[in-house]
Amino acid sequence: MAVVYERPKALLDVPTHYCPGCTHGIIHKLVAQVIDELGIEGKTIGIAPVGCAVMAYDYFACDMVEAAHGRAPAIATGIKRSLPDSVVFTYQGDGDLAAIGTAETVHSATRGENITIIFVNNGIYGMTGGQMAPTTLPGMVTQTTPYGRDVSIAGFPVRVCEMLSTLSGVAYAERVAVDAVPNILKAKAAIKKAFTCQIEKKGFSIVEVLSTCPTNWGMTPVEAMQWLRDNMMPYYPLGVYVDKTEKGVRP
Amino acid sequence: MDSKQKVLMKGNEALAEAAIQAGCHHFFGYPITPQTEVAAYMAKRLPKIGGTYLQAESEVAAINMVYGAAAAGVRAMTSSSSPGISLKSEGISYMAASDLPCLIVNVQRGSPGLGGIQPSQADYWQATRAPGHGDLHILVFAPASIQEMVDMVFKAFELADTYRMPAMIFADGMLGQMMEPVVFPEKEVKQFDKFSWATCGHQGKRKHNIVNSLILQPDELERLVVERFKRYEVVKANHTECEEYLLDDAEYVIVAYGATSRIAKSAINAARDKGIKVGLIRPKTLWPYPSGVVAKAAEHAKAFMSVEMSMGQMVDDVRLAVNGKVPVYFFGHTGGIVPTPFEVLEQIEKMAGGAL
Repeated sequence: MAVVYERPKALLDVPTHYCPGCTHGIIHKLVAQVIDELGIEGKTIGIAPVGCAVMAYDYFACDMVEAAHGRAPAIATGIKRSLPDSVVFTYQGDGDLAAIGTAETVHSATRGENITIIFVNNGIYGMTGGQMAPTTLPGMVTQTTPYGRDVSIAGFPVRVCEMLSTLSGVAYAERVAVDAVPNILKAKAAIKKAFTCQIEKKGFSIVEVLSTCPTNWGMTPVEAMQWLRDNMMPYYPLGVYVDKTEKGVRP
Repeated sequence: MDSKQKVLMKGNEALAEAAIQAGCHHFFGYPITPQTEVAAYMAKRLPKIGGTYLQAESEVAAINMVYGAAAAGVRAMTSSSSPGISLKSEGISYMAASDLPCLIVNVQRGSPGLGGIQPSQADYWQATRAPGHGDLHILVFAPASIQEMVDMVFKAFELADTYRMPAMIFADGMLGQMMEPVVFPEKEVKQFDKFSWATCGHQGKRKHNIVNSLILQPDELERLVVERFKRYEVVKANHTECEEYLLDDAEYVIVAYGATSRIAKSAINAARDKGIKVGLIRPKTLWPYPSGVVAKAAEHAKAFMSVEMSMGQMVDDVRLAVNGKVPVYFFGHTGGIVPTPFEVLEQIEKMAGGAL
């Protein structure tokens, strides 16, 4: 019987610690499928963040580094500058990338580092139990915004792709979602394009993935997908924000 | 550069050249006085030899770039001065916990806070006690001349690679800024095969490597820390270094390191001319500390004095080693003031005269 679907080789056959209904599993699978399809596992180094994906180093079959909170792009820079022909990706959440690691994100982008960032945006700090993230939506209830995010106190959510799109070092920035199969397929295409952009040394690439956190949002997985469509997509429009993958960012 | 030649060089530049000759072609830094010339030299030289000089967006990013480069298996370094080292302490802890080798240079300046930009040794506690959070040590080398700084750079990289731990060149604004003649050693740089543990891509030849410091099981975390401390014991037993100067008949012992030890030597010579039997213990490694030599000297000496550019930090280690046998005094200046030989001589005379 022909096998039509199987676990990608770049994803190890181990149990993960993610909550039921969490979309990290989908995103891990997409990254691993892309690594398999490009045949790059042997020269790929992934960097896990601090946050829900902190133990991603146990799940990917490529070499992995665990970073301090927010520092993944700096570590990625150090690896890539040492091994220019390797493929280096970071896998980061919103608190890691857009709060404590904002400087590392912005500067690796503006330097045009040939790295790929997989940015998982679910609008909340999941691992620590559901605190406000830089991407928490106005009015959204979290453990540290119990009356809803009041923008007059807590400020406004950060739109990462839009912010990075102003920087000359960014070769590719796209926001995708993993709420339904058509979008999951688009997300995979975006991740593949980002890795390809890196392999061709065209510059910095980032794929922002709108995702859910049913546990900390206090919803069922199905409700969470609908909430993502109704609330996150209007604030964080899907689409390509930068595409210089033809010419690259360098003169 | 012709390595046989004796050349006159500024400390910071000699340090940078030594690092390059020791096989470090990856430098990540952030501007801060008084270590500026280390980065400037690297920026000039490294692109010419296919290396990487990268000015990071912060000290925090710089040490994490070093973390990445070290994880990838190359010799890497960063350089800073006191306030910048505080920012690097997160990364230093992670590197120590992940068993990653690297070189960190601290060209110390007056502190605390933003402090000043003149020479200081007030980061002793930080370097030897808490270079980052947690149970850890890093190798700390304290050169007293430009030549020694050059020699120590080679040694620091080799020991860092051998024991897979960060090493620090613990200098100060005086050593960084002054010029002295130096000869670069014609040394074959020992190569280390890091493929078995580095995250350099498994190439289908081994299981995936993980560089990580997150260990959620307390018993496993304890086991790893205990293992690491066993390695520290090997380092202590084999790589503790100090200079003993006029120590054999010394009734009084000055303990001083780095630039301050040179001042102390002048004062000791002057005191000897006056008939005072005083000698010097000059730690070359601050971690591991030459406690054994201090303890041995305490068997015949009448008193010790630690001379430092701080409010008295290394004096703690002297007291621990002397263990109450004889009095241990302290003399120093802080804030960027360099003690003079005359001041130190005066203190030696007071100590010998029982006036302290």
